[in-house]
Amino acid sequence: MVVSHPVVNTVRKKEKPAWFKNEGLQSLALFLISLFLFLGFWEVGARSGWFTKGVPTATKTIEELWWWTTHPFFNNGPNDLGIGWNLLISLRRVAIGYILASVVAIPLGILIGMSPVAYRAFNPYVQLLKPVSPLAWLPLGLYILRDSEQTGVFIIFISSIWPTLINTAFGVANVDQSYLDVANTLGASKLRTIFKVILPAALPNILSGMRISMGIAWLVIVAAEMLLGTGLGYFIWNEWNNLYIPNILVAIFIIGIVGLLLDSIFAALERFVAFGRNS
Amino acid sequence: MSQLSIRNVTKVFPGKKGLFNKVTGKTSRDFTAIENISMEIEPNTFVSIIGPSGCGKSTLLDMIAGLSPISDGEILLNGQPITGPGPDRGMVFQNYALMPWMTVEENIRFAVETVHPKLSPKAMGRKIKENIQLVGLEGAERKHPHELSGGMRQRVGIARALAIDPQMLLMDEPFGALDALTRGFLQDEIERIWEQQRKTVIMITHSIEEALLLSDRIVMMTRGPAARVDEILEVPFPRPRNRETIMQHPAYAPLKAEMESHLFRETRAVEEARIRKR
Repeated sequence: MVVSHPVVNTVRKKEKPAWFKNEGLQSLALFLISLFLFLGFWEVGARSGWFTKGVPTATKTIEELWWWTTHPFFNNGPNDLGIGWNLLISLRRVAIGYILASVVAIPLGILIGMSPVAYRAFNPYVQLLKPVSPLAWLPLGLYILRDSEQTGVFIIFISSIWPTLINTAFGVANVDQSYLDVANTLGASKLRTIFKVILPAALPNILSGMRISMGIAWLVIVAAEMLLGTGLGYFIWNEWNNLYIPNILVAIFIIGIVGLLLDSIFAALERFVAFGRNS
Repeated sequence: MSQLSIRNVTKVFPGKKGLFNKVTGKTSRDFTAIENISMEIEPNTFVSIIGPSGCGKSTLLDMIAGLSPISDGEILLNGQPITGPGPDRGMVFQNYALMPWMTVEENIRFAVETVHPKLSPKAMGRKIKENIQLVGLEGAERKHPHELSGGMRQRVGIARALAIDPQMLLMDEPFGALDALTRGFLQDEIERIWEQQRKTVIMITHSIEEALLLSDRIVMMTRGPAARVDEILEVPFPRPRNRETIMQHPAYAPLKAEMESHLFRETRAVEEARIRKR
C-alpha cells in the first residue's frame, strides 16, 4: 500500500556546510577582529595622546606581560617580587581561607538544611551578614588577630562562607521527597540516608555554592591584599605607588585568567555530578 | 487469614488553626481525604485500586506503606498494626524515584544493602543480577537513569522493589508517566513477572484495561473528599493472561462496562463540584 509518493526534485537541496557558516568559526572571527580593533585603537590612541598622559601603549603592555610571564619567580625583597611568587601567595591565602570556610559551611549547611526550624532560626544571621562588604571586616580582623597574614585568611573565610552555607542548606532542604521516601520504605538509618541519599542529591547545589564562594574569595583577596603587603593585590598597589601603569594592566590580566581557570574547574566539577539534572 | 487488613481507616489532613494563623487570617478547615475504609487482602492476590482523581488512592497506599500516619482505624499486616515504613513492603513509584547519581546496578544495590547489610558480597551480587535479569535489563547495569527511557527506568524501579524480597508490592500508578505503547509492553512484563513470583500486589491505577489485565480484585473508590470503597469486583479470568484472550472472556465486557459507568459517574460529579466551587 502506498501512503504517499515521494516528491521528486525537492526544492530543498542538501546544502554543503560552507566554512563561513560555522557558528564557532564566526564567533572566533568576531572575537579576533574585535581584539585587533581594540588593540589598534589603544595603540594609535596612546601614541597620538588621545588619553590621559602616562597611558602606556598596547605594545609596551604586551611586552611587559611577556617579560613578567617569562620571569615569574625572582625575589629582590618584598617590593620587587616575581609575579609567580605573588600569585602563589594570593592563592595560598585563598586556599586556606576557602577550605576553612567550606569545612565550616558544608556541615553547618547540612545541619541547618535538615531541620526547617533551624533553617528559619538561622536564616536572619545569614541574610544579615551576607550582604556585608568583605572589606568591612578588615579593621576588625586586624584588631583581633594583629597579623596581616591571618587577617587576609580571615577575610577570605568570612566572605566565602555564606554562598556555600546558603546553597548547602537549600540543597539539603530541597532534596526530592521521593528519594527520601525510597530510603524510608527500605528502612534506611538516618546516617545512611544522609550519606547515601541527601548528600549526593544536594551535591550539585553544594558545588554551585562553592563555585560562587570561590569567585568571591578571588575577588576579595586582591582588594584585601592592597592593604596587607605581598600578593597580587599588593603588587598592583606597589605599581600604583611606582606609577607604572603597564604592570598594573599585566596584573589585571593575570588575575582575570586565574579567576577564569578556578571557575572552569568548578564548572567541570558541577557537570561531573549533574547526571542529567538541570543541564 | 488475610495478609493485609484495612479496618475503618480514616485520613484527615488537619487544617491550619491556632492563634497565629487566626491573626494572619490563614485558618483552613480540616480535610477528610478518606473515611472509614475497610478491606481484607488475601495473600498472593493482585489488587487494583481505581477511582477518580483526587479520591485519596495515593493517600491510602502511603498509609499502607507507612509513609503517612493513619488518622483513625488501623491497618494490620499479618495481624501486626503498621506503624511505619518497612522492607516487608516494596514500593514502586510513579516518577520512578531512582537516584540519578547511581547506576542501575547501584540503585538496586542500595536497596539490597540497606535491607540486608550482612549479606556476603557474592550473595549480594547474585541477588542484584537475578533481579536485573527478571526485568530484562541485562547490559544496562552500568548506565545512569538519565541514559534510560521511561520504561527502562520503571523496570529498574520494579527490580529495586522486588530485590528486597518484600511480602507485598505497592505500586502507585506505576505506568502513569509512560506513553501508551511502552505502558502496554510493561503491563505484559508485570503479568509475566507476577506469574513467576505471585507476590501480593496493591496497585493504584487510572486505567480500566490495566486493572482488568492484571488484577484478581478491583477496588473501586468513590470521589473525595471523604472517599469510600464503592464496590469490589472479582476478576475471574484464568491465568496466565494476555490481553487478546481475556477480551474473549464472557465476563470482560460486563466488567468493563460497570467500571466505565462508575468512573464516568464519579468523574462527572468531581468536575461538577469543581465548577460550582468557583
